[in-house]
Amino acid sequence: MKKTLADQSIDLSRRRFIVSSTVAGGGLALGAHVPFGIGSAEAAEAAGTEVNLWVVIRPDDTCVIRIARAEMGQGTRTGLAQLVAEELECDWNKVKTESVTVARNHASKRAWGDMSTAGSRGIRMSQDYVRRAGAAARTMLLQAAADQWQVPVAEVSVANGIITHRASKRTTSYGKVAAAASKLTAPDHKSLTLKDPKTWKVAGKPLKRLDTADKLTGKQLYAIDLRLPGMLHAAIKACPVFGGKLASFDESKIKGMRGVRGVVRVNDSTVAVVADMWWRAKTALDALPIVWDEGEHAKVTSASIAAHLKTGLTSDDAFADTNFGDASKAIAGAAKKVEAVYSVPFASHSTMEPMNCTVKLTADKAELWIPTQNAEASMAALSTSSGLPLEQCEVHHLDLGGGFGRRIGNQDVVRQGVAIAKQFPGVPVKLVWSREEDQTHDFYRPIAQCRLEAGVDDGGNLVGLHMRVSGQSINAFANPAAIKDGKDVRQLQGLWQKPGDAQIGYTVPNMRIEYAMRNTHVPVGPWRGVNTNQNAIFLECFMDEAAKLAGKDPLEFRRALMSKHPKHLGVLNATADKAGWGKPLAPGRYRGIAQFMGYASYTAAVAEVSVSSKGEVKVHRMVLGTDCGNFVNPATIAAQVEGSVAYGFDSLLTEISVQNGRVVEQNFDSYHIARLVHLPKVETVIAPTYDFWGGVGEPTICVAVPAVLNAIFAATGKPVRSLPLKHQGLTLI
Amino acid sequence: MVELNINGRSHKLDVEPETPLLWVLRDVVGLTGTKYGCGVAQCGSCSVHINGEVMRSCVLPASFAAGKRVVTIEGLSRDGSHPVQKAWAQHDVPQCGYCQSGQIMAAAALLRKKPKPTDADIEEAMTNICRCGTYQRIRAAIHTAAGSRKDGGSVIHIVDAAVPSSSVAAADNRDNAGA
Repeated sequence: MKKTLADQSIDLSRRRFIVSSTVAGGGLALGAHVPFGIGSAEAAEAAGTEVNLWVVIRPDDTCVIRIARAEMGQGTRTGLAQLVAEELECDWNKVKTESVTVARNHASKRAWGDMSTAGSRGIRMSQDYVRRAGAAARTMLLQAAADQWQVPVAEVSVANGIITHRASKRTTSYGKVAAAASKLTAPDHKSLTLKDPKTWKVAGKPLKRLDTADKLTGKQLYAIDLRLPGMLHAAIKACPVFGGKLASFDESKIKGMRGVRGVVRVNDSTVAVVADMWWRAKTALDALPIVWDEGEHAKVTSASIAAHLKTGLTSDDAFADTNFGDASKAIAGAAKKVEAVYSVPFASHSTMEPMNCTVKLTADKAELWIPTQNAEASMAALSTSSGLPLEQCEVHHLDLGGGFGRRIGNQDVVRQGVAIAKQFPGVPVKLVWSREEDQTHDFYRPIAQCRLEAGVDDGGNLVGLHMRVSGQSINAFANPAAIKDGKDVRQLQGLWQKPGDAQIGYTVPNMRIEYAMRNTHVPVGPWRGVNTNQNAIFLECFMDEAAKLAGKDPLEFRRALMSKHPKHLGVLNATADKAGWGKPLAPGRYRGIAQFMGYASYTAAVAEVSVSSKGEVKVHRMVLGTDCGNFVNPATIAAQVEGSVAYGFDSLLTEISVQNGRVVEQNFDSYHIARLVHLPKVETVIAPTYDFWGGVGEPTICVAVPAVLNAIFAATGKPVRSLPLKHQGLTLI
Repeated sequence: MVELNINGRSHKLDVEPETPLLWVLRDVVGLTGTKYGCGVAQCGSCSVHINGEVMRSCVLPASFAAGKRVVTIEGLSRDGSHPVQKAWAQHDVPQCGYCQSGQIMAAAALLRKKPKPTDADIEEAMTNICRCGTYQRIRAAIHTAAGSRKDGGSVIHIVDAAVPSSSVAAADNRDNAGA
C-alpha cells in the first residue's frame, strides 16, 4: 500500500487528475458549474499542484487534502485532514478537502486504498498511510525550497506552511514551491519517521469540523437533493412481506395521472412509478392496485420468532467459542446461583436521509449519484446491474445523511435504480424511498435472546458463568462464506477471548460462551455497534445480577475479574472516577455501570437515573469513557459518544416487530427514536493509552443501554431483561 | 396553479394545490435545504416558517401557504448570520447535517416566542428527530443564541487511564469547560 502510494504519485498524470477530480468534487454533482474544461492548463495551475496523491497545494497556499473515506456525520473528513495536516505542517486555516472519486481510485489500482467506511475504521485503518503522505509532501516541499535557495535541506524549517531558512532570514510558502516540489522524486513513505502523537499540534486537538458551514444554510448537497436537467423521479414499493413476490399490478388505473411517465417492474418483488415530480410518483404508486404473492412467511409474527429463538437457548446445536473449566459443574456446585433469559429486539437504521440514488444510463456509460458508505461496492453494483464494465461506470458519492451500517454492504438501492433507469435511456432518474419503504425494507439489527447462569461462592466470587446466545446471524444472511465450520463467531462480538478487537474483559475460572444460530425471514445487517449491542446488554446486565447475588458493589465485583485485562479496567476506573461512583447521589437517583470492548476500543459507562412510581424512567446524567488508543479530535469523539447514546436508546424506546410477516413500525409515529428530551447530559472521558488505534463511531454505543438498565435495576430491584422498556411497564421520559 | 411568497419572492407555480409544500419547495422551486424525513410531521426535517410560525411542510398542502409568508432555511438569513446559525457554528452542532435545517428553523421560531428559553422550554419545543444525536449541542447552542448561558455543550475529560486520580479536565474548543 505505502509503496503503491509513492509509486503512483509519480506515475499519475497530475494535471489531468487535478482537473477531473476538481470537477467531480464540486461542479459535477450539481450538474452545472463545471469550473473549467478538461485540459485547461491554466485552470489546472489555479486549481493547484498535486504534490502527492493526498495533497494538492494552490498558489494562495490553500492545502487541499484528499479524503477517500465516506463522511456521514462521524467527522472522518476532518479527522483525516488533521492527520495529514499534522505531518504536512501546513496552515490549518488554509486546509480544504475534496473527495477521491471511485473511478480514479479504480483506474489507479486503488492508490487511495480502501474507501469503505464501516466498522469504525475510517481513521484507525487509514491513519498510517495518510500521515505518511503528509510527511512525504512536507519533505518534498522543504527540499524544493532548499533547492531554490541552494542550501542544505537540514537548514530549512516549516511552520504553518511558511518555510524559513533562518541563517539567511529567507522565507517562502508552500504555495510558491509546490510546483517545484511536485517534480521531485517522492521519498519512500515507509522510511519516514512520523511524529509522536503526544507532540501533535493539529491532530489530537478539538478543532472545529471543516464541513459545518453549508449544513447551517441548506446549501449542503445530499444525493437526495440532486437536480439534473430532464430528471425524472421514482417512488418504489417492494412486497411488504420479506421473501414475497410481486404478482401483478393494474397500470391502467393510474394512466393519465398528472406527470406519470411509467410503471416499472423493478424485480420480482418490487414495482416503481416514475413521474416528473417525486410527489406525483408516490401519489400514483399509492393509487396503483398491486397484488402481492406474500409467500411462505406471511403468517410470521414477533411471537413466532421469539419462540423460534427460544429453542436455541437449550438446544444441542450450539457451538462454544469460550470454554474454560466446567461452567455447568461449577455453577451447580456454587453456594449461590442465578439464571436469567434476556431478549433484544430488531432495530432499524432509520437514516434521516431516506435511501435514494440517481442513475443515468446511456449505451456506453452508467452514472450514479448516491450516499454510500462504500463507493467501490456501489460502483461494482452499478457495473453488474447495468452490464457496463467498471471503466464505463462513474459513481459520485456524496456525503451521507446518515449511514450507521445501512449503506455499506447491500447495494439494493443501486440495483433498483439501475433497473428503473434502464427504462429511460439517457434520462437521469432519481429514486427516493418513502420513509415507510425505508422502515419496512431495512437490513435490521438482528434479534437475539440469551440465557445466562452464574454461580458465586461464599466469598462472593464468581466461580462459573454460562452464556448461551440464540439469535439471527448477519453472516448467514449477508455473507455465508464468512461462517467457518458452521460456527459464526461474529455473533459473539465482544465476548471473544482473542485480544485486540472485541475481547471479553473478565477472567472467570469456569466459563462457557455459546451461540446457537436461529435465523428468521427478516433481512439483517450491521447496525452501529453491530453485535456488541446485544452482547453487552446480556453480559453487563447479568453481571449486575451476579453482583447482587454476591452481595457486592457492581464496580468492585467487576474489578475482581479484570486484573488480567488492564485496558478494560483502566477505562472502567477512569469512567467510574469521573462519574463519582460510590459518592452520594440526590434522593431517588441511582447509578448503573457497564464496560465492554468493540472495534479495538475499550469503553465504559455510568448512568444516573430515577424511576417514578408510575414507571417513568428519567436518565439524568451519563459518563462514557473510551480508550481508543490514540485520539485525533476530542470534540468529534464527544459528538460520537453523545450520538451513540441517542442511537443506542432505540433499545429502550422502541423495536421493530413483525406481524403477518411484515414490519409493524412503518414510520416515526410508531418507531420511537430518541428526541432531545430523552437525552441526559453526557460527559465524555477519553482515557488514551497511546499504543494502538481503536475506533470511535461505534464502540461506546454498546455500554450506554446496559448502564441505564443497571441503574434501573438499582432503583427498582428488578432486572430489565426484555427490551424495549415498555415490556416491563417502564417508559423513558 | 398556486401563488406562493417564499423568502420574500413571489412564485407562480403550476402544481396541484394539494401537493405538500415540501415537494413544491424541493422539486419545483428548487429549494432543497428543506428536507424530506418522514412525510407524516413526525421528524421535523421539513420545518419552515409560515407567517413566523414553525410548521412541518410535508403535511401542508401548498394551497395552505398561499397568501402567507413562507421562509425556508435558505431565507433565514442572507449569509448564515442568524443568531441560531452562528450559535450552531460555535458549538459545531451538525454531524451528518440532514436534519439541521429543520432543527435551526425550529430553534429560530422558539427564540422568537421565548427569547430566553429554559431547558424545559427547549425540551418542549425541540421535538425534531436527529438520528446522529446532536441534541446536547442543540440545547447548548439555543442557550448561546439566546445569550443566556455559555456553558453546556460537550463535556470532555482527557485522563490518564492508568492513574485516574490525577485526571485533568480538558475544556473543549468552546466556551464551555463546565463538567
